[in-house]
Amino acid sequence: MSAVGSRVRKLDAVLKVTGQENYLPNIRLPGMLHGKILRSRYPHAEIVRIDASKAEKLPGVACVITAEDTPKLPMGYKKDHPPLKYGKVRSLRDEVAAVAAETPDIAKEALELIEVEYRELPPVFSLEAAMSANAPLIHEDRPGNEVDVHYFFEHGDVEAAFQEAAVASDDTFELPYVTHAALGTMCCIAQWDAEGRLTIWSTTQVPYLYQRELAEVLGIHGDRIRVIQPTLGGGFGRGLDVYPIDPICAFLARKAGRPVKIEFDRTEEFIACPTRQPARFHLRAAASRDGRLLARDAMVYLDNGAYVSWGPTTPYVMMATVTGLYRVPTVRFETKILYTNNPYAGAMRGYGNLQATFAVESSMDILAAKLGIDPLEFRLRNANQPGDVTPQDMRITTCGLSECLEKASTLLAASGGGEKTSDLPRPGQPPGRVTRIRRGQGVASLFHVGGGARVYRSDGCGAIVRIDDFGKVTVVIGASEIGQGSDTVLAQICADTLGVPVERVEIVQDDTLVCPWDVGVHASRTTFIAGHATRLAAEKVRQQLLELASGLLEEPEENLRIEDGVITSAREPSRRISYDRAVRATHFREGGTQLIAEAFYDPPTTMQDEHFKGNISATYAFGTQVAEIEVDMDTGRIDVLRVVAAHDVGRALNPAGAEGQIEGGVAMGLGYAVTEQLIVQDGKVVNPYFRDYKLATALDMPKVDVILVETNDPAGPFGAKGLGEAGAICTAPAIANALFNATGVRIKSLPLTPERVLEALEEARASGALR
Amino acid sequence: MRLSFRLNGRNVEHDVPVNRTLLDFLRDDLDLLGANKACESGDCGCCIVLRDGAPVCSCLMLAVDAAGREVTTIEGLANGDELHPVQRAFVERWAIQCGFCTPGMVMSAVALLAANPHPTEGDVREALAGNLCRCTGYAKIVEAVQYAAELLSA
Repeated sequence: MSAVGSRVRKLDAVLKVTGQENYLPNIRLPGMLHGKILRSRYPHAEIVRIDASKAEKLPGVACVITAEDTPKLPMGYKKDHPPLKYGKVRSLRDEVAAVAAETPDIAKEALELIEVEYRELPPVFSLEAAMSANAPLIHEDRPGNEVDVHYFFEHGDVEAAFQEAAVASDDTFELPYVTHAALGTMCCIAQWDAEGRLTIWSTTQVPYLYQRELAEVLGIHGDRIRVIQPTLGGGFGRGLDVYPIDPICAFLARKAGRPVKIEFDRTEEFIACPTRQPARFHLRAAASRDGRLLARDAMVYLDNGAYVSWGPTTPYVMMATVTGLYRVPTVRFETKILYTNNPYAGAMRGYGNLQATFAVESSMDILAAKLGIDPLEFRLRNANQPGDVTPQDMRITTCGLSECLEKASTLLAASGGGEKTSDLPRPGQPPGRVTRIRRGQGVASLFHVGGGARVYRSDGCGAIVRIDDFGKVTVVIGASEIGQGSDTVLAQICADTLGVPVERVEIVQDDTLVCPWDVGVHASRTTFIAGHATRLAAEKVRQQLLELASGLLEEPEENLRIEDGVITSAREPSRRISYDRAVRATHFREGGTQLIAEAFYDPPTTMQDEHFKGNISATYAFGTQVAEIEVDMDTGRIDVLRVVAAHDVGRALNPAGAEGQIEGGVAMGLGYAVTEQLIVQDGKVVNPYFRDYKLATALDMPKVDVILVETNDPAGPFGAKGLGEAGAICTAPAIANALFNATGVRIKSLPLTPERVLEALEEARASGALR
Repeated sequence: MRLSFRLNGRNVEHDVPVNRTLLDFLRDDLDLLGANKACESGDCGCCIVLRDGAPVCSCLMLAVDAAGREVTTIEGLANGDELHPVQRAFVERWAIQCGFCTPGMVMSAVALLAANPHPTEGDVREALAGNLCRCTGYAKIVEAVQYAAELLSA
């Protein structure tokens, strides 16, 4: 039976359901100390003096470190970020000192004994303040507070296109701070041995890039570092960069001469985990009378916060959507990215795509309304098609966008949704009373990488496949499993390639000393890239298996087939041998051999050139979500009743896992749309608790209908495309468009809280714009 | 203080500081690491255990409050190698991604089904409203609990 395509159970499910999974916080080493980090008291200040002598004397404290105990080497894409700060602090999350002690409580107590004298500097908390003429400089070597990352892309004559357009839109969208809120917080354990080697257990998602970056920050050679990424309580992009927790943990462990663990509590996680990049997104768009998109022009301002992590690289993905979601013949995209004393952003599921898709899909609805064309019809007229090449030279091969648009809309219409209603009776209200609940539907689509993303020189992954004497097949792989289920899919791919039952396959991963290289779990790439690497290595082992069986059965290879772990002659089915017996027979003899092979897969893609052109992915993912909502006209509360999510997944290698990715993505997108916001006031996160930062609960989640559109991509392993991020990308604009459909009110800032919706409804009432 | 209570069907006697939470006691003193620590404020449900059959956040309860009570953790649910029907349902219905919320989810579901063997979908969602999940969107979890109800009544 074929494993690929079936709902094979998740490999780690039994461990997880019995409480036996070895998550990072569960790991305890002999002699292990507990580390805590002292953060800045001010968002912008000089550090005048640090006195840790009282803390060092506290019984149970092993050591205290400041920047003076470190080589002061910087981290990050722009190397502007020392793990422990010296000279000055630039945000409230800045790490000033750290303690290692026998217990977490002692370490916490010691933090309070560290005396830090600051001299406050004028802070910068907004884009306007950062750009103002006399703005204080966050980094003295960055004039105008401009981050040294710029994007400018232009294709065709944008202004001419706007002049010939029948309709145009010009809007500003504001996207808030949100954060990963993974249930497992950031955690690190560092241990040095007497040979000067460091073993580090981390919540990273990119063990091999992390190994290199960490080596640079610690000032040691990468071959001294072994990175282990144990089972994580979620990731969602959080672990794509090295953050101060990891080098600080290593510095503490080195000074103490004992292993150290640092584990964030929830409040610290909200404060010191990177955020999704907030954005101010100016977008103009133009269309012809017959409903053809003519142009888009985006100017995006980003509040970078105090240090450069991946936040200012999110425009790579924003740009791809502005230029690539629907056919746009002319397009311009530009950014301005500024330092402030706010928190800094990193990678988060979808990268910049949630921000860009909110702007683009809102503008699509705005144009459709101006043209008087049905929003679905307008999208269908402009949908990307197979064979299209986007202005950035992204080559669209398979493309299920039209099918996604049609299937999602049809399902909603066919099952109770469809016609917009207004003034529905509110449940429980006495009959005859005027009630004010309105219902509406909104549609939005997405464009994302689906075949890796060449944003580093290598987008590769290595795999080793071996078969042991018991017939156990092991895939040793660089790819990271962070909960999404990629291990299970890799086992399915390996099983079907070899012709053995999937139960015989196990995955070994996430140890840089053991596993081949991988660029990391990001960009929805693991099933696609690691899947190919697994397939290629398994094909080699299958060939080895056929060769040795040919000798054992005295039958030419081309006459042999492998099914359910049995190698059989097609000519004479009685000539057969089980694969594990064949393995043993070849091993335990003179001149014996073992079955093992490796492969490295790097997709046939190119990096973007200096003009931001290049086919960065081997294929692209598409999807459409249709949301049905009810709006309480008296309170502004939005109730999302239903989301239909149709996604071009290439082929669902494990339909249950694919559905789970999309359902979970919708939940994250729903949070982005209506409830989630990290509220940052004067540089401070003021809601660092789950009771004030609202994730969707089981009660909040609407019915989600997943439609898996299978385009069987020839470039993908068994036809698959990546889908890890797709589910989250277009939920928010679908909901905002549904609000417009229900009320005629267009809100361009997220989240759509009752306060914001009510205010917009009241403004619309006053101006007569309310439908 | 000397604490004596029943844990997963066995009598336990242990010294415990009066200010230690049940969660820290289970994890740090007894090495029962199934209940996860994710908020320490009763907001997420990752640390839910059963006290006399009722779900409680073990981060909000002092260990000494378990005195004389019957506590069941995720480790005490399976019967040897045989998974509890709720566990089986979670495995079979892909109700798990990263799994950090899973022990708490399973315990909440076990408590629900003990009190209400035939819950509606709304009952299930209500019972799980105190358990956050960031990965799954809850769809497969709700489905698994309804399937577990079928398994239990069969």
